[in-house]
Amino acid sequence: MAEAENRTTAAKTGAQDGFVFLPLIAGWLVPGAGHFILRKWGRGTLLAISIVCMFALGLAMQGRLYANAHDILEMLGLLGDLGSGLLYIAGRAMGLGSDSVQLTVADWGTRFIVVAGLLNIISAVDAHNIRTGRKL
Amino acid sequence: MFSPSHFTAVLLFALFASTVFGITQRETPQRMFRYGLYCFSLFVGSAIVMSWVMYLIAR
Repeated sequence: MAEAENRTTAAKTGAQDGFVFLPLIAGWLVPGAGHFILRKWGRGTLLAISIVCMFALGLAMQGRLYANAHDILEMLGLLGDLGSGLLYIAGRAMGLGSDSVQLTVADWGTRFIVVAGLLNIISAVDAHNIRTGRKL
Repeated sequence: MFSPSHFTAVLLFALFASTVFGITQRETPQRMFRYGLYCFSLFVGSAIVMSWVMYLIAR
C-alpha cells in the first residue's frame, strides 16, 4: 500500500518537472546515461560497463556492424545495432565492423554487438520507468 | 583480434546480459544481485546442457 503511494507520488512528481522522455533518449544514445540523469550512479555505471564492454568485445572479435537492410535478417540485425545509439554511429563513422569476416568468432562478435544494442534498449526503458515512477 | 574459446564467450555473454537483466528486472539491490546470479547460472547451465545434447546427437 505504502509502496503504491510512493510510486504514485513519484509519478506525479516526475510528470511535473522536466522532459519525461529525457532519460529514455539519453539512455538510448549513451549507455547508462538515463540512470545517471536520475542520479542512479551505481546502476548506471554497471549498465554502461556491461553494454560498452559487450559492444567493444564484439568489435574486437571482428563482428560486423549492419549497414543496410537487404533482407529480413539484416533488417533485424540493423535494428539491434541501432539500439546501441552513439556507439553504433561512432563505430560506423570510424569504419569499424565493416568487413565481412568468415570466422566463427566473428559471428559471435556480430551477435555480441546486436545483443549489446538490445540490452541498451532494455536499460533505456528501465530509466524511463524509474522517471515515470513505475519502478523505484 | 580477440579470439576467446566458445566457453569463455558464453561466460562473457552471460555475465553482461545477466548484469543488465538483474538491474532492470528487479527493484532492490539484493534482489537484483540474486536475479542476476539466477540468470547467469541459467545462461551457463543451459549452454552446457545444450552442448552435451548436441554432442550426444552427433555421435
